[in-house]
Amino acid sequence: MIETNSNSMTYDVEKIRSDFPVLNQQVHGKPLVYLDNAATSQKPQAVIDSLVNYYANDNANIHRGVHTLSERATLAYENARKTVQVFLNASSEKEIVFTRGATEAINLVANGVAEYISAGDEILITAMEHHSNIVPWQMLCEKTGAILKVAPINEDGELLLEEFEALISKKTKFAALSHMSNALGTINPIKSLINLLHLSGVPVLIDGAQAIPHIPVDVQALGCEFYVFSGHKLYAPTGIGALYGQLDQLEKMVPYQGGGDMISMVTFDKTVYSKVPYKFEAGTPNIAGTIGLGAAIDYISQVGIDAIAAHENSLLEHAVEQSKNIKKLRIIGTAKNKGAILSFVLDGIHPHDIGTMMDHQGIAVRAGHHCAMPVMDFFGVPATARASFAMYNTHEEVDALMAGIENLIEMFG
Amino acid sequence: MLDDLRDLYQEVIFDHNRNPRNFRAMDDADRQIDGFNPLCGDRLTLFIKVNDGKIIDASFQGQGCAISTASASLMTDIIKGQTEEEAQELFELFHKMATGEPVEMDDLGKLAVLAGVCEYPARVKCATLPWHTLDALLKGSEEPVTTE
Repeated sequence: MIETNSNSMTYDVEKIRSDFPVLNQQVHGKPLVYLDNAATSQKPQAVIDSLVNYYANDNANIHRGVHTLSERATLAYENARKTVQVFLNASSEKEIVFTRGATEAINLVANGVAEYISAGDEILITAMEHHSNIVPWQMLCEKTGAILKVAPINEDGELLLEEFEALISKKTKFAALSHMSNALGTINPIKSLINLLHLSGVPVLIDGAQAIPHIPVDVQALGCEFYVFSGHKLYAPTGIGALYGQLDQLEKMVPYQGGGDMISMVTFDKTVYSKVPYKFEAGTPNIAGTIGLGAAIDYISQVGIDAIAAHENSLLEHAVEQSKNIKKLRIIGTAKNKGAILSFVLDGIHPHDIGTMMDHQGIAVRAGHHCAMPVMDFFGVPATARASFAMYNTHEEVDALMAGIENLIEMFG
Repeated sequence: MLDDLRDLYQEVIFDHNRNPRNFRAMDDADRQIDGFNPLCGDRLTLFIKVNDGKIIDASFQGQGCAISTASASLMTDIIKGQTEEEAQELFELFHKMATGEPVEMDDLGKLAVLAGVCEYPARVKCATLPWHTLDALLKGSEEPVTTE
């Protein structure tokens, strides 16, 4: 079975690969090398089975039936909430709200905090944010007259800490920061950033969409008011994610959507909302996806997030080392502290051509702006190619990536 | 290894990508318009000079992949000397070819080297972006064109 300690010598990547059925296929006649994990990860059999089992045996609506299936479905759904609570080390399961993903979680918070944002207030983000952690705040600013402040980055793709600190003022009413950049791989020193913001009493949301499969997260140790992530980057199904919010923060926020399951009493005169987290979960939720998220967390907890991180870091190190042999290759994002993402450009070859040519060699990489157009503008490139690594990737796959790049450079002439 | 990609990446395409024809701004253009592919961030500006209903000059600038650069290069070459109606007809033909509808290849001349894109759904818009931009320009639009 899977080793649970963090010694990479005992990390059984072949065993892990055998748990992911999708990896066992050929694309264009070549073995699939899946390196688009920052876009979405593949799903282990345990997650697929959890979905099948739910629909085959337990499917019912939750929180409303007294019949056996509804009780089973409710129990499975609420157990997943406990699993997420333990995974993030939240102090209460009430602090876990299920959402469609990180994007919806950020929109939920932006909608909720709008109540205490006024014209002239400032919202602080960084220059390396994904569009999902830019646009909801721009919408909030449009609605309230607040001003969006953007902390700059350097040529390595690292946040400029002095500039960040200088942007915090009495006007700063909220901050939303990426834990790890999806386009660059940069891991931000969020603990220090949160501390800095708290000195001025600024609540913080951490966008953990990219960090969550790679970095152990302890929300109590971090002290952030909100932490959001998507399940699908964490080996869980698409369409499910979670918002962690400190209880008092969640309690003072207005509901995001109205509907069933988020009320305790409705008359035509007045509606009393449910308590948290239910007041944020209107309508029948993604029950199967939530159960799948629980199964995914159980799976990676078995392997150990530290062991996964060590394995992925070793893949990244190998990739960076090997890429030095390719003269035309320039890495975009060279932060000292970065996760398993290799964003790159090739001199004279557009990333889209790289994407197609890699696909023809069975290698799936992302080519584009990675939903981070401001990052592309900063580095003066229209797009990059990006290889991103997950727990099931191997050093041989990194070698295949490099050989694939050499092949396409040769074809381009 | 990549030989089966030759139907998409013909040598003519690499040639036009390396040395795009008509790749310049046109200060005295009669009309110009921006085209944008929000999916990938590719963008180009297309310029034309028209005299008596005839396109007497065409050029472009911008950033794009080999397919879109070659397509813009070939397009600006081929429409020079055509009437606006002829260019419009060619757009319809090109669009059909790129999306896999049956067309008479002889009518497309050099543009036939881009016929391979219809097999690559993710790349069709790369080839058609310059043409959609031209279409909007001929219809008198000044709004930037997007492929979405």
